[in-house]
Amino acid sequence: MTAATYDIRRPIGRAVLGALAHVGRLSLMIAELVRGLAEWRVWLPLTITEGWNIGVGSLPIILLVAGFAGAVTALQTGYQFSGNIPLYVAGSLIVESVVLELGPVLTGLILAGRIGARYAAELGTMRVTEQIDALETLGRSPASHLVIPRVLAGIIMIPVLTIIANITGVISGWVAVQQVLPVTNTDFAYGARFFWHPFDATYSVIKGFAFAICITVISCYYGFSTEQGAEGVGKSTTGAVVSSCVMILLLDTLLARLLLN
Amino acid sequence: MIELRGIKKRFGQQVVLDGVDFVVQDGETVALLGPSGTGKSVLLKHIVGLIRQDAGTVIVDGKDVARLKREALRQLRSTVGYVFQNGALFDSMTVFENIRLGVTDEKAYRNLEFCQERVAKCLSLVNLTPDTADKYPAQLSGGMRKRVGISRAIAGRPKYLLYDEPTSGLDPVNADIIDELVKSLAAELGVTSIMVTHDVRGAFRVADRLALLTGGRIVQQGTPKDFMQSTVPAVREFLERDFGNLNFAA
Repeated sequence: MTAATYDIRRPIGRAVLGALAHVGRLSLMIAELVRGLAEWRVWLPLTITEGWNIGVGSLPIILLVAGFAGAVTALQTGYQFSGNIPLYVAGSLIVESVVLELGPVLTGLILAGRIGARYAAELGTMRVTEQIDALETLGRSPASHLVIPRVLAGIIMIPVLTIIANITGVISGWVAVQQVLPVTNTDFAYGARFFWHPFDATYSVIKGFAFAICITVISCYYGFSTEQGAEGVGKSTTGAVVSSCVMILLLDTLLARLLLN
Repeated sequence: MIELRGIKKRFGQQVVLDGVDFVVQDGETVALLGPSGTGKSVLLKHIVGLIRQDAGTVIVDGKDVARLKREALRQLRSTVGYVFQNGALFDSMTVFENIRLGVTDEKAYRNLEFCQERVAKCLSLVNLTPDTADKYPAQLSGGMRKRVGISRAIAGRPKYLLYDEPTSGLDPVNADIIDELVKSLAAELGVTSIMVTHDVRGAFRVADRLALLTGGRIVQQGTPKDFMQSTVPAVREFLERDFGNLNFAA
């Protein structure tokens, strides 16, 4: 009697080939992007418009989330504090938590949803309605018209939004902690300075910058690779958001390991 | 001249083009007929290098499209106007901005006055009023969108015009208007045109020559008269759907 055998090498091989194809296509897109930088007359005005759109458009949600994140950190700090810990430590804890982790990561995750989904859906729709093909037939580079403005706008605006999130989170934490612990402004400021390293601010911006590259490049790639109509646009949008979020968490761990230890 | 020799193309396991030979002489208007899903649009996209063939050669203006470097391909594309099936207008731009993108000469493109004149001229060539320039694609009807698509394709004064199903989805009156437009543009601008369509009546009205693509191959090429007298079963079957019994042609 012969038993049907399942060759495990096939699905593994398919997965490896699929991953290599993604890497190849992504590399080609990045090469196009670099080549397109020469056409600054095309991408510069589009970058300014795009930067304004994503910067101003994302501000309310960033302020809201950073404000609540700072406040919740402060309230939980109050809950965990026992009598033996000096009160000024609350200042250190809130500032370091917001600047090193909550500010950049929450900003990244929110913008992966807001900007990443938008880029993937816009470019995906343009792909399936042949607008990207139309650009090519007009002898124009889709990279300089569509990808570079989006990537550059993200690279400029996401670190700026990260800084704004950090400031908002710290201020809301400062206000909130005084509702649950008898921390004075002097205590809070002393604690904030006590564990503060000037590199902390730089690290936060580096994370914002790294997340910006990851969100914009991944979402543009997914948008460009869209196939098969409305269903394809949906798949690309979901794929862009999920992949960006996973990459943000991976980068978060990697950067902590590389830059803080 | 556009020359396609032995073009083969497959997507996965599906063979779409299986050795297509197709030549269009300068100044001709050729209609490429065929049932839906036979690879007519795929063939058209080979001409501007949007799709690369698996085998065979595509020669446009004496240049092998697949071998062209980036800049040479860009220059070649600037001599070809491509009208997409659904217009493929940039929906975030006005009609003016859409047509302006068709001005392929960079110096001319940056000259706003020139572009305003050119856009107005292109709109008048497709029988649209100048106030259309300020509208967005979403504010236009299907027929108007197709005409704006044609305007954008001719804005760069191309040598070749490729139409991908220019009348699909239109009512007969608008389809007739587009057919007349294809004919008049060929005469006025002296361009070489290829029109992909499954509208046989429109093709007979507009084209100097017809070609039928089916089963991945061109099964018949010739004048409308040759087609009416053809004994090739695929041709007769295709024509009879539009013209009924063809015995009258014999």
